Amino acid sequence: MTASLTPPAPDVQPERPDDAHTSVATIAFERAAEKAASRRGFVMALPAYAYLIMFFIVPLVIVVVYSFATRNRFGGTDLSGWNLEAYRKLSNPIVRSILVRSVWLALITTVVCLVAAYPFAYFLATRKPAIRNILLVFVMIPFWSNFLVRTYAWRVLLGSGGPVSRLTDSLGMGETRLLFTPSAVLIGLVYGYLPFMILPLYAAIERIDMGLVEAARDLYASSWQSFRRVLLPLSMPGVIAGSILTFVPSLGAFVTPEILGGAKTTLLGSYIVTQFLTARNWPFGAALSTVLMVVMLGFTIIYFRKGGRTL
Amino acid sequence: MSTTAQPRGTARALLTANAAIIYAFFYLPILVLVFFSFSNSRNVGRWGGFTLHWYGDFANNHPLQNALKISLKVALISTVISVILGTMAALALERAKFRSQRIFDALLYLPIIIPDVTMAVMLLIFFSQFFNALDVMFGIQMTKGIGTIVISHVAFNISFVSVVVRARLAGMDEGLEEAALDLYASRWKSFRYVTLPLIAPGVAGGGLLALTMSLDDVVITQFVSGPGSTTLPVYVFGLIRKGVTPLINSVSVVILAASILLVALSLIVQRASGGRDGGAVDSFVDVSQ
Repeated sequence: MTASLTPPAPDVQPERPDDAHTSVATIAFERAAEKAASRRGFVMALPAYAYLIMFFIVPLVIVVVYSFATRNRFGGTDLSGWNLEAYRKLSNPIVRSILVRSVWLALITTVVCLVAAYPFAYFLATRKPAIRNILLVFVMIPFWSNFLVRTYAWRVLLGSGGPVSRLTDSLGMGETRLLFTPSAVLIGLVYGYLPFMILPLYAAIERIDMGLVEAARDLYASSWQSFRRVLLPLSMPGVIAGSILTFVPSLGAFVTPEILGGAKTTLLGSYIVTQFLTARNWPFGAALSTVLMVVMLGFTIIYFRKGGRTL
Repeated sequence: MSTTAQPRGTARALLTANAAIIYAFFYLPILVLVFFSFSNSRNVGRWGGFTLHWYGDFANNHPLQNALKISLKVALISTVISVILGTMAALALERAKFRSQRIFDALLYLPIIIPDVTMAVMLLIFFSQFFNALDVMFGIQMTKGIGTIVISHVAFNISFVSVVVRARLAGMDEGLEEAALDLYASRWKSFRYVTLPLIAPGVAGGGLLALTMSLDDVVITQFVSGPGSTTLPVYVFGLIRKGVTPLINSVSVVILAASILLVALSLIVQRASGGRDGGAVDSFVDVSQ
């Protein structure tokens, strides 16, 4: 490049000259710069990286290892003799009924949330931006406020002689006894996880170009057809994300069944906790946790395969 | 957005009704709880005249006050650590490229979706193994307590902070940092005087979110706390399991008010910075994805 007395125009990039003589050196220089940048990025990620490996990945691996261990006579755990005893216990009728009940309840929770949340998310996404943000904040508040306390509120509402019971009584339907039944747990789960369904659905629908739905209508599609063929397929990432975010925590729920459920409604989450805090069968508890983890990972992979988020 | 895609007539009315029902479903239980917390009756679900008695009970209850102090201590320490680590992680992911970036991204995503119970079990076994090994190898005796709770809370909060900060970084013009570097600012100076002020609202929002998450956690904390390190939610959970009392109503309302305040504050902080319209809300929506 020839030296110039005038400063280069803004769109000239001195680091990337087209001149063939300097290009080799430039490429080498750029490679080195790239390497340095990569190192800087890695160093910056390192503290969180190391932390999560130490306090997330290592514990995760230990749980899987534990699930193959043996419980000794004193309630301790022997890591020598590896076996599948804990997994064999999964086919025990009592355990199986707990698993089936948990999956079933989590499924119903997910479907109820999906049916209620889809039209709601659509409603939110089609509001004017100013109104939409206010409406969203009021979804955000229950999403982030204390889960334990929100569940406790239903204990007060559903208790015998409580507000719900008196309401149905005064309406001539008789006193309801919902507390400590599976229905109470279902209400609690829907209440707890509904925002987890609404927000991803909203995010997916909000991104859709509504002109496409309009175009379908212009081409004489019925409202059902334009929903089924246009809106629903385009919002699928939101449907899947919301379903995972509702199903997975419902399956592992502990607080909700503990507060609203009765002795007859033991679910997977509570059952796992029991293995650790009272039954002292750690290998079996670890095996149950591993199953839960595999379910979660399976769904997550499905989600990424469907292109839900760029990873 | 055009208005012709908007449903009309019955469909429109049904959509509005559904929305109204959902908001009522969200807020009525909370309002009922607040209402009965002022009721002068031993029965938690009956109105017996106005009283502040139960709030007084909370203020004078030593175990509850002690649990509250532990909760605040844990929340503050774990928030500071996770804000530092989470912000660095966000910067590394949004502003740099390195080889195992995709793995790191996936790793950050896991603590958000893993069920509480699973994470609780993981950390319980990990700490018991780790303390065991320390004892056998070095004769160091350690027990679960505030330290283990803080470590566990940081383990899930790094992810939440990094998501919120990343959302902020993604909406920011990278050219500003480049301009600072072109004008001979050192990397540190360009970070300190350009990047940091611009992402500050995201960092503050993420921090407040981490504070809320830490103050809310029951399941994981219950597994990794030791005698004498019971946090407020764990203590309240124990009380609820023994049976409901009006005292729990008042404590619940205080906890709820605190968490709503923190969330609102987090939204306001992110908003006040004049980011793109709805940016604050978007960052929360991002967390849920």
